[in-house]
Amino acid sequence: MDRAEKAVDYLNADYGVRSWLLTRDHKRIAILYLLSITVMFMLGSVFAVLIRLELLTPAGDVVQADTYNKLFTMHGIVMIFFFLVPSIPAVLGNFLLPLMIGARDLAFPRLNLLSWYVYMVGAAFTLWAVITGGVDTGWTFYTPYSTTASHTNVLATAVGIFITGFSSILTGVNFIVTIHTMRAPGMTWFRLPLFVWAHYATSLIMILGTPVIAITILMLGLERAFGIGIFDPALGGDPILFQHLFWFYSHPAVYIMILPSMGVVSEIITCFARRRIFGYSFIAASSLAIAVFGFLVWGHHMFTSTQSVYAAMVFSVLSFAVAVPSAVKVFNWTATLYRGSITFEAPMLFALGFIGLFTIGGLTGLFLAALGLDVHVHDTYFVVAHFHYIMVGGALMGYLGAIHFWWPKMTGRMYPEAPARISAALVFVGFNLTFFPQFILGYLGMPRRYHAYPEEFQVLNVMSTTGASILGVGYLVPLCYLIWSLWRGRVAEANPWGAAGLEWRTNSPPPTENFAATPIVEEEAYAYPLKEPEVV
Amino acid sequence: MAKFSLFPESASTIAGQVDGLFFFMIAVSTFFGLLVAGLVVFLSIRYRRRSDAVATDPPLLNSLRLEVAWTIIPFLISMVMFYWGASVYVTMARPPDDAEEIFVVGKQWMWKLQHIEGRREINELHVPVGQPIKLTMTSEDVIHSFYVPAFRIKADVVPGRYNTLWFEATKVGTYHLFCAEYCGTEHSKMIGSVYVMEPSDFQEWLSGGSGSAARSAAPVEVGRTLFAEKGCVTCHKAEGSMMGPSLVGIFGSERELAAGTRVVVDEDYLRESVLNPQAKIVAGYQPVMPTFAGQLDEEELLALVQYIKSLEPVDARDESAEAHAGQGEGNG
Ligand code: HEC
Ligand SMILES: [Cu+2]
Ligand SMILES: [Cu+2]
Repeated sequence: MDRAEKAVDYLNADYGVRSWLLTRDHKRIAILYLLSITVMFMLGSVFAVLIRLELLTPAGDVVQADTYNKLFTMHGIVMIFFFLVPSIPAVLGNFLLPLMIGARDLAFPRLNLLSWYVYMVGAAFTLWAVITGGVDTGWTFYTPYSTTASHTNVLATAVGIFITGFSSILTGVNFIVTIHTMRAPGMTWFRLPLFVWAHYATSLIMILGTPVIAITILMLGLERAFGIGIFDPALGGDPILFQHLFWFYSHPAVYIMILPSMGVVSEIITCFARRRIFGYSFIAASSLAIAVFGFLVWGHHMFTSTQSVYAAMVFSVLSFAVAVPSAVKVFNWTATLYRGSITFEAPMLFALGFIGLFTIGGLTGLFLAALGLDVHVHDTYFVVAHFHYIMVGGALMGYLGAIHFWWPKMTGRMYPEAPARISAALVFVGFNLTFFPQFILGYLGMPRRYHAYPEEFQVLNVMSTTGASILGVGYLVPLCYLIWSLWRGRVAEANPWGAAGLEWRTNSPPPTENFAATPIVEEEAYAYPLKEPEVV
Repeated sequence: MAKFSLFPESASTIAGQVDGLFFFMIAVSTFFGLLVAGLVVFLSIRYRRRSDAVATDPPLLNSLRLEVAWTIIPFLISMVMFYWGASVYVTMARPPDDAEEIFVVGKQWMWKLQHIEGRREINELHVPVGQPIKLTMTSEDVIHSFYVPAFRIKADVVPGRYNTLWFEATKVGTYHLFCAEYCGTEHSKMIGSVYVMEPSDFQEWLSGGSGSAARSAAPVEVGRTLFAEKGCVTCHKAEGSMMGPSLVGIFGSERELAAGTRVVVDEDYLRESVLNPQAKIVAGYQPVMPTFAGQLDEEELLALVQYIKSLEPVDARDESAEAHAGQGEGNG
């Protein structure tokens, strides 16, 4: 529409720290989140580097046992609660949801800002815990170790996670209300981009699951601080109860981390294959199915924990069932490529990488759902490999794909294509070299969370550390060129990829009010090939 | 032991079953993994963009039948996996009747084991080949997990309750014993070895052993002594009394509780009865039994439980010295 308006966008509409810290613009809040979670990601990565260094040799020689235990604990806590859970929802979901449905903002802009502050307070507590000595319970906080035996900063960390949980809940509520009430005219439920469906399912889990972990952590704190017996058998409590409560949230939390990535992949594949998504309603429905069934499988983390055989069978059969919707998605993405007109820009490479790694992660999940087999590989490196395939191979690949795909929209600048493709390749190769050997290690019997290990496991561990170095470079390269592109990148047009979707019909970067005039939707999602590129 | 390999040794009857399932799953996963990867690569190349002209769009390939197929087929295959996995699991959960019992107490950071004859070991377990072994395990502090990769078995060792694990070793040799549940500073040092021996060697080992610790009394005997020393015997006489029910023959039986419910007497019930007697009151008795929490350590508790398990009713007994002593106890 109006070329003159192009000069004013959400980034230059206002200046100064105050204008950022008090902003109610969902796009600016997304940027605040982006900066914070990037810092947390770097922190979590430093822990990972030290872990891999320690595991280079069988002897526990690089750091002390207690230090090592703190490292893997804090790696897990930082990466899960402070990076992966907020990553796509709080950054890209925040930025894109209103744009994708043709709204001016989220339903509750102040609540949105509050959720970022709550996140920051939670993060501050956790960082404080890290600085004042760290915590060594594992990110799983199993009782009674966490309530009676550990001498580290369990309480401060628990408070940090407790607080951060509220930021998830606020975000979830905001998304759900927004999707229900703020869709542009013509944007019916079945015209929503699958990214939006994925976020809807994710928000459901956030709202229903997060209160449970909050209360569980509260109970843990009560027992640790005041000796109120809940989980410790010495006080009349039940340690297994903790595991039930913990996994009731933490299994669905895996879907909080992976569902948004799946949404991203649906957007990217359709765009670079120039195809409508194959089986729109199956993919949308499978997101909801995952969100619902995800709540019924927590017991598969406890097959060796004295759980009854019958309970174990129920959890096992449901765990297999929940794998089916994920398989459906993979097949549908693959089928979307059929008769496409495919190009391979970096976002597409990340998305295709996602399909490969997520498939391996999902298939190995079946190994863990199979009762008799899980007994052997439970709590070994097999599990470590499996969930990294899902959460790094899947969730993080999706996140990187998303950052590249929407970078022009968020910043108004193009990232440089060549290094981006190289980094996609580096990440893919480095990731596989890091984590594939861990499947073998796990079946050989190497338990997880081992500071020192028997010599025969060394070769595979060395491979793993080598892979991790490549992976690390694969992450550092984008950090450099993305920052570089802010000043030097080619100026982005409104729709550099020729993508469908309302977010591409406004300027890059969008103005504060997103659209000059409320868009009217007349087509299904992914109406490729585009009739004519237009800007609202 | 220190050589590089890609596949663990299989040294128990269950190991072969687990490996069989594992290979089946590998085969299915490889098939689907390659199928997806192959399709992605093939389609990417076949349908790469050749010109910038907007493609004249061919009709959408969109068949409900296809989607139903790839929902149902994976589901059916996964149910086969479920069934297979569950049947192996059931085998793991049911120790054979002739299994020899061994007691395991985990603590930060060591494994304490005791054979039924009394021989004790720390971080080492000697067992005869070809003999089913049942481990009854508990922890003195936090959760640990007893894991022998070569046997493909693992079970958490949880404070406050008993967990069991069984195996039958099939190959003489030395195998890793790991703690698989994170338990603090020395978690990775809470490891040991399982020595599988020829039965004759094992007998020799069992009767040998140096040092008094290694040659302590059998748990049943320790239990018998405790039963007298701790005053259990004053209330629990063999023929029963107003003071307390007879414990003869109760193991495995069903008890009626004052609350009106019923409970099967197993190791966990016995343990709870001693540590928290008020939790389940036997019908017809007063809740007068004092708690013994804090007065008995895990090994003594196991011994008491073992002793109560050994008490057999009068008519079911031969000239067995065991049962005779049981009655003597009741009269004392
Ligand atoms: C003061 C008397 C008294 C003493 C001493 C005593 N008990 Fe008891 N015990 C009882 C009574 C009464 C009951 C039944 C009521 C109940 O269930 O608490 C009982 C129940 C039990 C039961 C459950 C029996 C069943 O039939 O289900 C077990 C097992 C038991 N006691 C073991 C012990 C052991 C072992 C000791 C010694 C460490 C001990 N008791 C000491 C009075 C006593
Ligand atoms: Cu342990
Ligand atoms: Cu341990």
